[in-house]
Amino acid sequence: MLLAVVANRLAMALLTLAGVAVVVFILLRVVPGDPVAMMISPGAGPADIAALKAHYGLDAPLATQFWIWIKGIVTGDFGTSITLHLPVTEVLASRLPATLELAILALIVAVLFGGAVAVAGTLMRRTIGETIIDGLNSILLAVPDFIWALALVLLFAVAIPVLPLTGRIDPELAEGFSTRFYLAESVLTGRFSVAADILSHMIMPTLALALPLAAVIVRLLKQSLKEAMLQDYVLLARIKGFRELRLVLQEALRNAVGPTLALTGVQFTFLIGGTVIVERIFSYPGIGNLAIDAVINRDFPLIQGLVLLFGLIFILINIGVDLSVAALNPRLRHA
Amino acid sequence: MEHWSPTSIAAVPDTGPAPPSIALRLVRDPKVVFAGGFILLLIVLAVFAPWIAPQDPLAQNLLTATSPPVGFPDAEPGFLLGTDGLGRDVLSRVIFGARISLTVAFVAAGLACLIGSLLGLLAGFLGGWVEVVISRLVDIWMAFPPVLLSILLVAVLGTGLHSVIAAIVVIDWTRFCRVVRTETMGQAQMDYVVAARTIGFSRPAILFREILPNVMPVLIALLTLEMGIAVVVEAILSFVGLSVSSDTPTWGGMIAEGRQIVHEGWWVLAAPLTALFATVVAFNQLGDGLARSLDPVLRR
Repeated sequence: MLLAVVANRLAMALLTLAGVAVVVFILLRVVPGDPVAMMISPGAGPADIAALKAHYGLDAPLATQFWIWIKGIVTGDFGTSITLHLPVTEVLASRLPATLELAILALIVAVLFGGAVAVAGTLMRRTIGETIIDGLNSILLAVPDFIWALALVLLFAVAIPVLPLTGRIDPELAEGFSTRFYLAESVLTGRFSVAADILSHMIMPTLALALPLAAVIVRLLKQSLKEAMLQDYVLLARIKGFRELRLVLQEALRNAVGPTLALTGVQFTFLIGGTVIVERIFSYPGIGNLAIDAVINRDFPLIQGLVLLFGLIFILINIGVDLSVAALNPRLRHA
Repeated sequence: MEHWSPTSIAAVPDTGPAPPSIALRLVRDPKVVFAGGFILLLIVLAVFAPWIAPQDPLAQNLLTATSPPVGFPDAEPGFLLGTDGLGRDVLSRVIFGARISLTVAFVAAGLACLIGSLLGLLAGFLGGWVEVVISRLVDIWMAFPPVLLSILLVAVLGTGLHSVIAAIVVIDWTRFCRVVRTETMGQAQMDYVVAARTIGFSRPAILFREILPNVMPVLIALLTLEMGIAVVVEAILSFVGLSVSSDTPTWGGMIAEGRQIVHEGWWVLAAPLTALFATVVAFNQLGDGLARSLDPVLRR
């Protein structure tokens, strides 16, 4: 049965992706800016422009351009980036690992931090501690990643200048990697000083992405935990003499975590969307930063590839969330 | 309670003896009072900016460039929050920047609310294929990362205030549509709607005179939250350089300049960032407070 659900979700996902592809293609063809006009040198004549357009296939009729593009996608060819003069697939493959490492690290930090605060708030329920957590959290819920990122710049790059402001790794250390997953590879190969340098670059963008998600987790998980603490099985465990912390972690958490898990999945897609502006602020070389450059330079093939890649990531996350929620809830497993 | 009249038979929830009036509930809510007060102050500052701002926000003076706020060593008198890299008064620029932020907040959020809630009302009330089409549309829309979509749209529409507003409306109508649709479906099952049908009210009359007033509390709270979102989106687009032209002061534009010279003059970044933070938090707290005060049954 689970298999049928997966197949159904995949079919829907492909349909949505096709819709996204058509919308992006149409949107970009009505852009007033001419991509070729941005890449020619001042001395170029009309013949040069026509040659360039022909080179990138921009002189063909729209239907032909769309057909070429769709045919390319199916065969894994997204065309050539107009500004970078490289195949789009190659550009995306070289930039994606940086964003994946950042987003996953941010997700881990958000879950650990948000979970810890929610548990602490549950232990302190009906005390001044809970009031303080709730009050702070209601303000933090309003603060988006953009504001966090810049506030962190002021704090850790100016007031206490301990962290590097831009980039992903000290250029002198960026040698001898066989993959683009710098953080994972340096940890796995035991190059911990390199890993430390990468982490120092990642702290600020990670926190900026993680803190808004952590605030959402605190609110929902704390509420679910408080409800679970009123249930009979917790009362039973309390009568058996278990400690309060054990009641929360062992009895309540397992039963309360479902809604938070589902919400975290949805919010993770927002976090991925947030990498666009956060990577920009910290000049972090991922696909988000690349997306802004691509739009400013009107690099059609690159924009199309990026939007499809973002759409694909979103859909994969949603399927993953559905599956893990189903796997964790025995009542849904056979549905 | 008023005397029964056939023009409206909407259910008035039984909240016990003499519920306090809406106005009274609003004035008693500290969130509404403080956050609403802050927004009002901001509106006054924006409207009367030319009279309130101590300096011309565009006047440059390279001799007094990047001088710190009053109270720090080397501060220039007359520039309360210091000057930016071109010697322009930061305080005056923050005050003038509120104009763009608030314009976007009210116009973009208002239009998104209008379009989204209209579609949501129709989907929730009519059901059938109308509901299917509108819901699918919302699903496809939400497959796009919002930040990427807004940048893409502004690139398509060209930079400028109109494009920023259009981008926010095009992206965020779905927020209103989803909530209003669910809310309307719930209301449409209520006894008062069945009663209105029995009496023979027309469908538009039921939708706008009976259901809409009951969806209103949720809608107003959502609209206030959306204003906060719109302010941030405008700041992000200004930051990237896709909003209004650079000679109009905006918070996002100031933040971008401040980010460049953050080591020479942190105040150029700190001042507009603080204004943005306070505004976003105020809109959110106001939305929370309104949701609580306007909702007679406290559904949440």
